[in-house]
Order: sequence, then C-alpha cells, then structure tokens
Amino acid sequence: MKGDRVIEFHLDTRSGVAPYLQLIHQVRQALRLGLLREGDQLPTVKDVVARLAINPNTVLKAYRELEYEGLAAARPGVGTFVTRTLSDASLAAHGPLRQDLQRWLAKARRAGLDDDSIEALFLNTFRAAAAQDIA
Amino acid sequence: MTAVLEARGLGKKYGRRRALSDCTLVIPAGHVAGLVGPNGAGKTTLLHLAVGLLQPTSGTIAVLGGRPAESPALLGRVGFVAQETPVYAALSVADHLRLGAWLNPGWDNDGAERRIEQLSLDPSQRAGKLSGGQRAQLALTLAIAKRPELLILDEPVASLDPLARREFLQHLMEAVAEHGLSVVLSSHLVADLERVCDYLIVLAASRVQVTGEVEELLATHYRLTGARRDPASLPAGQQVVQASHTDRQGTLIVRSEGPIHDPAWTVEQISLEDLVLAYMSQAGEADRVRRSGLGVVR
Repeated sequence: MKGDRVIEFHLDTRSGVAPYLQLIHQVRQALRLGLLREGDQLPTVKDVVARLAINPNTVLKAYRELEYEGLAAARPGVGTFVTRTLSDASLAAHGPLRQDLQRWLAKARRAGLDDDSIEALFLNTFRAAAAQDIA
Repeated sequence: MTAVLEARGLGKKYGRRRALSDCTLVIPAGHVAGLVGPNGAGKTTLLHLAVGLLQPTSGTIAVLGGRPAESPALLGRVGFVAQETPVYAALSVADHLRLGAWLNPGWDNDGAERRIEQLSLDPSQRAGKLSGGQRAQLALTLAIAKRPELLILDEPVASLDPLARREFLQHLMEAVAEHGLSVVLSSHLVADLERVCDYLIVLAASRVQVTGEVEELLATHYRLTGARRDPASLPAGQQVVQASHTDRQGTLIVRSEGPIHDPAWTVEQISLEDLVLAYMSQAGEADRVRRSGLGVVR
C-alpha cells in the first residue's frame, strides 16, 4: 500500500535557515536522490510536529510551498502526496561522480589537508565556478 | 480574527511594587505564543491575571472574549498548567484522570488514557513518585484532555532535562496539530521556544517590550555594522533597539519595515535569540534610568 512513511525530517536550529525552508529542502533533496517518488505520502503534519517538536504552522507552510511548486498535492483528510519527481537521467551519473569525489578526497588527505581545509577549498572552487558561469 | 488574550493598560501592583505596568497586547487565535522575559519580569503575574488567579490593579484583560474565570463555561475553555507542573502527590495517575473526568464536562478520557499508555506511565503509580519529566507530562495530559480552546503554561520546561524538555514540547505540538488549540507559554529562555512559537511577547522590567508574529519580527529586524555614527542620523522608519560602539565601529539592532539600502552599513538578519536579548537589554537600561531618575526626585 502506498502511504507508508518514506522520509523523516530533521532540523538544524543553528543553521540560521528558517525551519520551513529546511523541510522544503529535505523534500527536494529526497526527490533528487530518488528517495521520494511520485505517489509517496509525505509525513502527516501531526507526525512531523510530534517528532521535531515544532509549530504545526511551520509544516503547513512548507507543504503549501511544495504544493505551489507543483511538487506535492494535499488530499483533504488523507495527507500530502508527492506529485512529481525531480530525479532524472542525472541520477545514473551519481555513482561514478561519487567515486571520483572519493578519490579526490583521498588525494587531498594524502596532501595533508584537514576537514576544514577540504571544505573551504571545495566551497571556494564551487563558488568561483558558479560566479564564472554567471559571468 | 478573534483574540485569545487581549490586555489594555493592564497593571498589577503587590503593595507598592509594580509587577506589571501598562501592558497592552493582543494575541490572535491559532498561535503558539511565547511569553519571554527574565526572571521577575512579570510573566507569571500576567499569566495568573489571564486565568483569573489574580485581579488587575488597573486596566483590563479579556480571555477568549470574556473576563478571566467569569463563568464555569469560560473556565472550561481555558487550560492552565502552573509553574513546576503541580500534581497531587498522594493521588495515583489513574486518580488524576478520574478527577479530571469528574471536574471537566468535555473530558476526553480515551485521549488521556492513550497518552498515559504512550508515556509508559503506570496508572497505579502515585504522582509524588514520578520524575520531573513524567510529572510534567501528566500535568500536560490532564490539561489537554480537558480539551481547552486556549492552553496557558507557565515555564513548563524550565526544570526539565533536555530530553524531557523535547518530549514535553513534542507532546504539546502534537496536541496543537490534532486539536487546533491556541497556546500561550512562558519561558526565560528563548531557545526553548524558538522551534514551537509563531508569536512572541517579550516582557521585561514589568512592561511589554515587543510583540508580534515571529516571522514578521525576524523579517523587520536587522543588525547594522559600520563606521561609528550617531544613531539619530538614521532615516525615519528605522527604529534603534540597541546600539553599541567602539571608537570606530558602530553596531545597531534596528527595526525597519522597509529594506535597508544604505551602503555604509553591513546589513545582517538576526536570530530570534539576538532579537529578544536586544529588547531585554534595552528594557534593562530604561529601567535603570527610570529608577535613578526616581532617586533624584526623592
């Protein structure tokens, strides 16, 4: 039966990102990774608040936003369901890319970089590349 | 939209000491409202006025459109969990449910029993033998089983360990989602309330410092840093909540309805905790000035 709970939300209160945005992000992420598919039911509002101890309006707002984006639809009295999938052909490329990344990480460690340096280097390069794309 | 709590010029004195001064606020229905302030700010006084345990010295207060505790009908629509979540030590958990059923016409006994089972509480256990977390959960179970429209809680999680605190708030939020009740709860720690509240009242030095929807408050408060300059030189519409500076640098917390475009400032969003602390320290300073002013008059 469809309607089994597929994902669980979590919340990082120190991130500075509004909780409803964190929930939206987690749904999108799960869609991209293929963890959520069309027809899957999102956790009910009651489930989410009982797990995360957050205000129900936060969850409602996140779900409304997902509906607005066309990613989910509410069925009154039943719950909110995924209506579209975000994973596409690119999902198949994840495996090889991850392997490349693992090799790169191993290389960075051999070169003596610690976690912080690796993260900083990655983010810097990522941002520089993004800036180039825009320009 | 109807208000669950509405105060106009509300004040309370204990002898000559002012516990609450000129308190005007409206809490709309459908919110989980956090009442935040340092110890001794008047939070408990305000909540006791709201449930009719105290009478105001000045001004008025209405709860669900009526005078607090004016009738049994109104009493039945308001739930209250006092500080330290008191229960009857000599009565068992089951006795508490029986007492609740006896005293409350709208009692949801199935809901209460289900909850006691979920909490793995032994119905025959005396309440005096429960842990702090269990006692708080029992008090909350009773308050929710009453099926109030408005639930008022005074520092419900202050004395609980982090796990019990989380479990208590989970239970409370589940009830809000299920029954759509409005909640007003107080705490001296904003971190306790950050996840659960969508409405905020900051009470400090016996006065309301700021009140409003959390989202709106966060969207209208900024931290400005830049070369030091006179806060009075800010454009109209930018109200300084807190100002600090070194010889060269100035840091301001401001409230502004519109965006801030002045390139001289680095503009940042602030967290709810910083916002609350800014208002509290502002209140602390104003209070010191007022007191020292009084000292001069004497």
